[in-house]
Amino acid sequence: MSNLNFLLFGIYPYIAITVLFVGSWIRYDREPYSWKADSSQLLDQKGFRLASNLFHIGIIFVLCGHFVGLLTPHAIYHAFISTANKQLLAMVSGGFFGVICLIGLVMLLKRRLTNPRVRAVSKTSDIFILVLLLVQLLLGLATIFASMSHLDGSVMVLLGDWAQSIVTLQGVAAATAMSTVGIIYKMHIFVGLTMLLVFPFTRLVHIWSVPVKYFARNYQIVRQR
Amino acid sequence: MKIRSQIGMVLNLDKCIGCHTCSITCKNVWTSREGVEYAWFNNVETKPGIGYPKDWEDQDKWNGGWVRKSDGNIEPKIGGKYRVLANIFANPNMPEIDDYYEPFDFDYQHLHTSPEVKHQPTARPRSVISGKRMEKIEWGPNWEEILGTEFEKRSKDKNFDNMQKQMYGEFENTFMMYLPRLCEHCLNPACVASCPSGAIYKREEDGIVLIDQEKCRGWRMCISGCPYKKIYYNWKSGKSEKCIFCYPRIEAGQPTVCSETCVGRIRYLGVILYDADRIKEVASTPSETDLYEKQLEVFLDPNDPAIIAQARKDGIADSVIESAQKSPVYKLAIDWKLALPLHPEYRTLPMVWYVPSLSPIQSAVDSGNLATIGKAGVIPDIRALRIPLKYLANLLTAGDEEPVARALERLLAMRAYKRAENVEGVEDLQVLEDAGLTKKQADEMYRYLAIANYEDRFVIPSGKREMNVPEAYGEKSGCGFTFGNGCSDGASGVNMFGGKKVAKRDVIKTVNVG
Repeated sequence: MSNLNFLLFGIYPYIAITVLFVGSWIRYDREPYSWKADSSQLLDQKGFRLASNLFHIGIIFVLCGHFVGLLTPHAIYHAFISTANKQLLAMVSGGFFGVICLIGLVMLLKRRLTNPRVRAVSKTSDIFILVLLLVQLLLGLATIFASMSHLDGSVMVLLGDWAQSIVTLQGVAAATAMSTVGIIYKMHIFVGLTMLLVFPFTRLVHIWSVPVKYFARNYQIVRQR
Repeated sequence: MKIRSQIGMVLNLDKCIGCHTCSITCKNVWTSREGVEYAWFNNVETKPGIGYPKDWEDQDKWNGGWVRKSDGNIEPKIGGKYRVLANIFANPNMPEIDDYYEPFDFDYQHLHTSPEVKHQPTARPRSVISGKRMEKIEWGPNWEEILGTEFEKRSKDKNFDNMQKQMYGEFENTFMMYLPRLCEHCLNPACVASCPSGAIYKREEDGIVLIDQEKCRGWRMCISGCPYKKIYYNWKSGKSEKCIFCYPRIEAGQPTVCSETCVGRIRYLGVILYDADRIKEVASTPSETDLYEKQLEVFLDPNDPAIIAQARKDGIADSVIESAQKSPVYKLAIDWKLALPLHPEYRTLPMVWYVPSLSPIQSAVDSGNLATIGKAGVIPDIRALRIPLKYLANLLTAGDEEPVARALERLLAMRAYKRAENVEGVEDLQVLEDAGLTKKQADEMYRYLAIANYEDRFVIPSGKREMNVPEAYGEKSGCGFTFGNGCSDGASGVNMFGGKKVAKRDVIKTVNVG
């Protein structure tokens, strides 16, 4: 196991996760006025409904798939599904929602770059995060093709081991699990971790603010002074 | 019963001259910033017209306000909570900037810097969003000013519903009036109900509806929820903004900027006590035409000893109760029933009310036998006025003509009575009796409507904010307005979390001349 491998997959995850949580916390506390979804719907709506819905629905399913797929202990899912079948399920569902997300993302990126109004109000980070998402999504979709050459689920098990070792604070074990997987998977994980790193500094913070509390509250709000 | 107080507003449309001073002073104070230059917390529309933003009254198009469901409950017209969240990625009921207008400025500097040319240099328009040249300005905040654009376009006005509108396109029959509009600070606000973040709230002590700028996440649902389209999305800050009823002035006992600067003295501000426990029931009234009368039931008589006792129990200060007893809004809306709510059918129970406008008697009627009403025989038939009663009723009472006719009759009766008194030197009490007014009421109406003294128009109790500060010493050297980040003004050079600087112009730079 090389030092670089250990740095990227044994240490970098903790740096990224720490920046994600501490950075978000500081921003929420110190700069609440900057905490927002930063929508540009007002400025241009042509094709926006389709693009934004495709992108968001796609990426939510993809993210949920990653969480469930990577963090469910092997012993638990073996009760329902074999390793090989789980990989097939991941490839098909991930591919489906990945493509939905990709269509939306490309539409959104085109809009952000070519619509004069949207372009003018875009911050560098708005364009950067869309490009980063596009790279990450293409890498993710590329892993589907890489996975076709090993349908037994062995690589998927290694990736699951990595994620589970990270969340159980076993950095060395995590890096070891990653040492033999293909470069495409490594790049996908590296870019993914980088997204966690930049998360607090971009509009991605709106993900923390999913308004689930809306269901629990009354329609009317009256504040006493 | 749970008594709360609200500062309400009444606008006397009969005296509005459409000068836009209210809009301009409001804009200079509150929205002269990048991101909201297209937003007018206060605007004045010429009616009939589709207004600003385009077709704002057409709730089949924008789905603002509330709907009463078959089970008798109400929910926002944009949908229940699941529907609101399902639309959060892309709001299907949201106006685009072009529905307001693309904000523009002119290249005035070119007039200074142009080289010597054959023709006079011009200042051409430029978009203040993209900074790009605009070849042609297609729409503005007041495009229909004094019947601008063709009747064909203006006649899309929703208030023409159930009317034979074609005749009003003819020159002889055309009519117009001004309608100044601001946030209604509703008792049952649909914007509050549709905000997923819970950032919008109504203040208990004065009823002002505000958006917490630190809690707003820019989900944009309030913009659709509000049927008056009086919430604006700041495209630079990514947050929604709205009329704040000049709360820093109201707290200090001063009128709002729009009211203070109104040259026609058409605006009135006063305290209304209301029963908060009845809001939901009243907003759910089955028939739309009953909503006006039902809303009146929510307002409480501030001179009733039982009400005063209950108000004190509910924590309302004596100064507020005293102001409520002298409230011009109470007199206009409840005592005299001259003021009427704007589009009560939206079920938001609005709190900015309007005295309908009188208009000239149509010449065709004038030349023949003038139809009159009442025993006194001096008040013309209200239906002979140039502005159709039905139009005013569609605007102010969900189509019920009776309350509008009563208000107009009373306005005319007061005029006839004062005319008889001052010109003919007789006291014509019959004309007042016909309109259901007493002499005392008519004299007061004259004082409030014709003379309109400052002290009568604005009866605002001080908010006594200093009483809410537990320890004044701790407030020493504190910062006033901030963006929630200590005493930062939002313009500091270094900010890890990026974003465009709120207090700095990016698109069109301010030029230093000289």
